[in-house]
Amino acid sequence: MNLGLIAGVILALALFSYHVGRGRALRTAGGHIRDLHSLPSYYGAYVAVWCGLPSLLILAVWAALGTTIVEAMVVGGLPDDVLALPPDQLNLIVNDIRNLANGNLTAGSADDPVVQAGAARYAELRSLGLLATAGATAAVALLGLSYGLKRVQPRLRARNVVEVFIKVVLIVSSTIAVFTTIGIVLSLLFEAIRFFQKVPVHEFLFGLEWSPQTAIRADQVGSSGAFGAIPVFAGTLLITLIAMCVSVPVGLFSAIYLSEYADHRIRAAVKPIMEVLAGIPTVVYGFFAALMVAPTIRGFGEFLGLDVASESALAAGLVMGIMIIPFVSSLSDDVISAVPQSLREGSLGIGATKSETIKQVILPAALPGIVGAILLAVSRAIGETMIVVMAAGLAANLTANPFEAVTTVTVQIVTLLVGDQEFDSAKTLAAFALGLVLFAITLMLNVVALRVVQKYREKYD
Amino acid sequence: MTDVVGEVAADRQSRAARDAKLIRKRYAVERRFRLYGIAGVIVALLALVVLIGSMAWRGHSAFIQSYVQLEFHLDAERLDPQGTRDVGLLQRADYGGLVRTAIRERFPEVKGRRDKRALSALISTGAADKLRKIVLEDADTIGTTVKIWVPLSDDADMFLKGYIDRNVPESERRLNDKQIAWLDQLEADGALEKRFNARFFASGDSREPELAGIRGAVAGSFFTLLVTLLLAFPMGVMTAIYLEEFAPKNRWTDLIEVNINNLAAVPSIVFGLLGLAVFLNFMNLPRSAPLVGGMVLALMTLPTIIISGRAALKAVPPSIREAALGVGASRTQAVTQHVLPLAMPGMLTGTIIGMAQALGETAPLLMIGMVAFIVDIPGGPTDPATVLPVQIFLWADSPERAFVERTAAATLVLLAFLVLMNAIAVVLRKKFERRW
Repeated sequence: MNLGLIAGVILALALFSYHVGRGRALRTAGGHIRDLHSLPSYYGAYVAVWCGLPSLLILAVWAALGTTIVEAMVVGGLPDDVLALPPDQLNLIVNDIRNLANGNLTAGSADDPVVQAGAARYAELRSLGLLATAGATAAVALLGLSYGLKRVQPRLRARNVVEVFIKVVLIVSSTIAVFTTIGIVLSLLFEAIRFFQKVPVHEFLFGLEWSPQTAIRADQVGSSGAFGAIPVFAGTLLITLIAMCVSVPVGLFSAIYLSEYADHRIRAAVKPIMEVLAGIPTVVYGFFAALMVAPTIRGFGEFLGLDVASESALAAGLVMGIMIIPFVSSLSDDVISAVPQSLREGSLGIGATKSETIKQVILPAALPGIVGAILLAVSRAIGETMIVVMAAGLAANLTANPFEAVTTVTVQIVTLLVGDQEFDSAKTLAAFALGLVLFAITLMLNVVALRVVQKYREKYD
Repeated sequence: MTDVVGEVAADRQSRAARDAKLIRKRYAVERRFRLYGIAGVIVALLALVVLIGSMAWRGHSAFIQSYVQLEFHLDAERLDPQGTRDVGLLQRADYGGLVRTAIRERFPEVKGRRDKRALSALISTGAADKLRKIVLEDADTIGTTVKIWVPLSDDADMFLKGYIDRNVPESERRLNDKQIAWLDQLEADGALEKRFNARFFASGDSREPELAGIRGAVAGSFFTLLVTLLLAFPMGVMTAIYLEEFAPKNRWTDLIEVNINNLAAVPSIVFGLLGLAVFLNFMNLPRSAPLVGGMVLALMTLPTIIISGRAALKAVPPSIREAALGVGASRTQAVTQHVLPLAMPGMLTGTIIGMAQALGETAPLLMIGMVAFIVDIPGGPTDPATVLPVQIFLWADSPERAFVERTAAATLVLLAFLVLMNAIAVVLRKKFERRW
C-alpha cells in the first residue's frame, strides 16, 4: 500500500522538523532557555504541526475519495454505447475493470477490449493520482516546514498555539461518536428509502407474507418476492419473550440472593463467575444452541410426543436467555444495593421477615431500576444476532408455537446480505430497512429505559 | 366468672396456636424465597458449567489426530519420467496416485473398483501434500521407498476416536464394514497412531476437516484487532480526556455524551450495516479485509473505551490537577503530564476489555464479507481474511461430522484468548490500582 509509505515519509519529516524547530528555537535564544516564551520542545512541536498537519489532511482526502474519483473518471471515459447500457450491466463492467486493474482474476470478460482499455486507464489514473498526491503532500510539507521555521523566534507563543492545536484534535476526536451515529442513521435511511420506493412502507410494516427471494431471471418460479415484515417481527418477539422468561426470573432471583442473603465472600466469588456469561462470544452460544440444546429439546419433545422443529424458537430463546442473565442480574443488583439501608432496618424493625422486607419494601423501591434493566435486556435480545443465525430458522413463519421454527430481524439481515448480492435489488435493500427498524426499536427501548429510571426513581435522601 | 376466665385462656391459647402457625408459615415462605434465590444462582452457574463443559467434551479430541504408517515407493517413472528434476514438473506430479498405490499394496487382497476407492478414502489428501513436500525438499528421494506417518481421512479419524459406532447398521454409518475391518487390521499391526494435532494450529482453513486449522483465522483476528486498537485507543482516550477535562457543560457536549451512551447500546449488526454502506459501497475499501473489519470494530468498541477512560480520569483526585496548576503548569500540561499517566492503567484495562469484546464479535464482520472461505494465511491488513469467531461460525455450518470437534476446539482456543486478555486486565487493575 503506497499511501502508507507516503504517510510514513510525512511522519518522518514531521519528526525531523520537530528537531530542527527545537534547535532553531534554542539558537535564536542564544542557548538561554529563559529567554524563550515556551519550552524548546513546544517550538519543535509547532514546526512539526505546520509540516505534518496540512500534508496529512491532503493525504486523508485522497485516501477517502481517490478511488471514487478515479472510478468516476474511468466511467466517464468509457465509450458511449457502453454508457448507454442499463446501470446493472454498467456496474458489472466497472467491476471487471476494477478487478483487472487490481490484478485479480476476472470471470471471462477480461478479453473484452472495453474492459482492457478501461483497466489500463484505471491503473494509469490511479498511479497518476497517487503520484500527484505524493508530490502535493511533499510540497505542502516542505512549505509548512519552512514557514514554521521562519516563525520560530523567542517571542513566539508556541505553547499556546500547540495547546490550541491539541484541544482542536481532542474536540475532533470527540465528535467521532456523533458522526458514527449520523453515519448509521444516514446509511440506513438512504438505503431504506430506496427500498420503500420499490415496496410501499405499509406493505413492509403490515404485510403478513415474507419471502424475499426475488428471481434473477423473469422465468423463474416464485419470483415476485413478498416483503411483509410482520412474521419476522413476530418471530423476533417470540424468541425475545422466551429469552426474557428465562433471564428475568433467574437474573432477578440471583440478584436478590446475592445482594440480600449471601455473605460477602460468596458474593465476591459468584458475581464475577456469573459475569463470565456476559463475556462469552455470542457465536459460542450459537454453536452451543445448535449443537447441544436444540437436539436435546427435540429429543425431549419426541419423548413427550410433540412435534418439535430442529431449529425451534425454544432452543434459540433459551440460550439467548442464558446469555442475558448477567445483564439482568448485575443491573438489578446495582439497583437493589442502592436502596438505602434505613428502609431495610425499618421494615425488619417492625417485625417483617427478610423475604417480606424484600417483597414489600425493597422491590417496590427498586422497581423503576429493575424495569429499566429489563428493558435494556430486551433491547439486547432483539439485537442479538449470532445465536439466532445459528439456532433459529430461515423461513418466516407467523406462529406463537415455541416448538416451531421462526425467523428474526437479525437473521434476515444476515441471510439477505451474506453471500452473492446484487446491489440495488429489493432483496438487499430490505436488509437495510430491517436494520433501520432494529436501530429505531433498540434506540427507543434505551431511551425509555433511561427515562423510566430517571423519572420514577424514588429519592430517599 | 370462671367461664369468662376459661374463655379468655382458651382464646389466648387458640390465638397463640394461630400465631405460631402463622409464624411457621411466614418462615416457610422465607425459606422458600431464599431457595428461589439460590436456585437462580445455581441455574446461572450450571449454564456456564454445561456450556464450557460441553465445548471441552466435544472439542478435546480435535487436539489429537490419527495417523497411519505406510510405505511409499517414490516411483521415478511416475514422478519424473524424463529425469529432469524440474521443480515445476515435480510440483504437479501425481502424488495422489502414489498414495493410492501405497495403500493398495498394503492390502493386496482388495479387488474391485468400489473397494479400492473405499480403501483410498481412508487416507487423507494431506498424504499427497506430505509426499510432495518430501520430494521437493530432497529430489534424491525419488526412486527410494519412504516409510512415513500420514494423516487418516476425517471419517477414519472419527471412527478411531469413537464417534462412529461400529454396532449401528452399515447403511447408517459413514464407514462400511470393510473399511472398519481394514482399520482394525492396521491397528493390530501397530500402524495406527494418535498424535498431537499440530496441523490444527499451523494451517489455514480447508474443505477437508482433517487438514483444516485455525492459523489463518488467528492471523486475521490479530490484524483486525491491531487495526481496532490503533484506531479506537487514541480516539477513545482523546475523547475521554476532552469530555472529562476540557469540555464546557453545554448542549453540544451533552449531545456527545448522549450519543456515546446510545452507541454503546446499538446492536452490533447495525455497525456491520454501517460498514457495508459507508466503508465498502461508498469508500470502495476492499471486501473481506481486516482493515475494514478493524474499522467497524473500532467504532463499536469506542464507547466502551471512552466510558472506562472517563471513569479512570474521574478517579484521579482534583488535588493532583490543582497542585500542577499551582506550580504554573498550563491546563494541557497538568492533564498530559500528571493526570493522564495516573489514569493510564485504568484506561488500558478498559481498552483490553473492549478488545476482548471485539475479539468475540462476529455479526458485523459477516456484513462486510469476512465470511469467505480463505485457505491462505493473511499477511497484512488488506489481505482477504476471516477471524476466529467467524471461522467457528463457518465450521459450525459445515455438514462433516469431523468439523463438530474442530468447531468446539476453535471455541476453546477463542475462550482461552479471552480468558488471557481478561486476566491481563485484572492483573493490570490489581497492580496499578491506587487509593487516594
